[in-house]
Amino acid sequence: MCVALPGKVIEINDRTATVDFSGNQVKADTGLVSVKEGDYVLVHAGCIMQVMRKEEAEELEELFREVEENA
Amino acid sequence: MNLETIKKYLKEYDGEEVALMEVCGSHTGAISKFGIPTLLSKKIRLISGPGCPVCVTPSAYIDRLIELCKEPDTCVATFGDLMRVPGSEKNLSLAKGEGGNVRMVYSPMELLTLAKENPTTNYIFAAVGFETTTPVYALLLESLIRENIKNVKLLTALKTMPAAINWLCASGAPITGFIAPGHVSVITGSDIFKPLADKYGIPFAVAGFQGEEILEALYGLVKCQGSGKVMNFYPKVVTAEGNTVAQKKVATYFEESSAVWRGMGAIEGSGLLLRKEYAEFDAGSADLNEDKKLNKACRCDQVLMGKISPTECPLFRKVCNPMNPQGACMVSEEGSCHQYLVNNRR
Repeated sequence: MCVALPGKVIEINDRTATVDFSGNQVKADTGLVSVKEGDYVLVHAGCIMQVMRKEEAEELEELFREVEENA
Repeated sequence: MNLETIKKYLKEYDGEEVALMEVCGSHTGAISKFGIPTLLSKKIRLISGPGCPVCVTPSAYIDRLIELCKEPDTCVATFGDLMRVPGSEKNLSLAKGEGGNVRMVYSPMELLTLAKENPTTNYIFAAVGFETTTPVYALLLESLIRENIKNVKLLTALKTMPAAINWLCASGAPITGFIAPGHVSVITGSDIFKPLADKYGIPFAVAGFQGEEILEALYGLVKCQGSGKVMNFYPKVVTAEGNTVAQKKVATYFEESSAVWRGMGAIEGSGLLLRKEYAEFDAGSADLNEDKKLNKACRCDQVLMGKISPTECPLFRKVCNPMNPQGACMVSEEGSCHQYLVNNRR
């Protein structure tokens, strides 16, 4: 039930953003996180839960280093 | 880390047996979809936990929704997942067929428009969910108050993960590591699992929902057996502290409570109820605790606790199947039994 999908914010109108999912566009509430046009976001049940971050690769690399040290 | 290295390690692993529980129903679905069990050594066992909010909703809650949908000028709005969950006698889908006013929605926020367009209808939202979904209900309440909308209430069956995981560990469930729920963690942050990891000395790995992401988390869990380490393998949307705006909004409207989990009973501190000051938005959520089995031989409770595999239930694939579910684990597409059956998992 906690399904959430990533999409791109293409327009913001007051508290509602239009989010594009590969061509399908849906309205999503922006009350839980600050977003701007062009952000990639995670949407659940009609609300934006989080803006997707770009530091991912470096953080994963660091985590794998820790895991190897632990083993 | 190279994916092939991870796959090779997980397939050839020959150390102590490990039993890893995914507590999120979406992970259960993804594990089946990507055929993850076929990529693992026999020494690595996956257990599906109680992480589908629909599956753990007690029958008394469904019965109350069914009563409400038949009251005059009342409409029960719900996510589609809940429609076929059995109450003590029937489900919401059957109640709708009998003339009950039940409406499926994609988002609770749709009620703002519906309530304004139909001011003489009382809308009851079946507010089920974990930490992922509760902030959406907080946003709905915020909007109802701001726009002075009086004809929407919530019937809540909200659950939170940490107390339930603690209960599982304390009950002696045979688990040596947890795949922590990815989208719950978006809201709560990965640090929420630290006290549990420390207390029981077992690792937690927050995972995304793609095959590669789940394999990475499994690799981390197997490598870190016996350590109380919390690892975040889903950093593109999960941080250590989570979405603090959402956490504050939830704390404004809801407070911790005991909650009944289908098949598991009441677990202290594992639920949320509306705060007293917002009681006018509550459709009578407290005390919906009774949990009646449709079929006495149903073993959903032990499946949810990871004590047996779905295939070990005597009803599985016989009288209990997706067309005729006897227990909640077979109803929801995210339920363990449903996933085992449709994907022919062993």
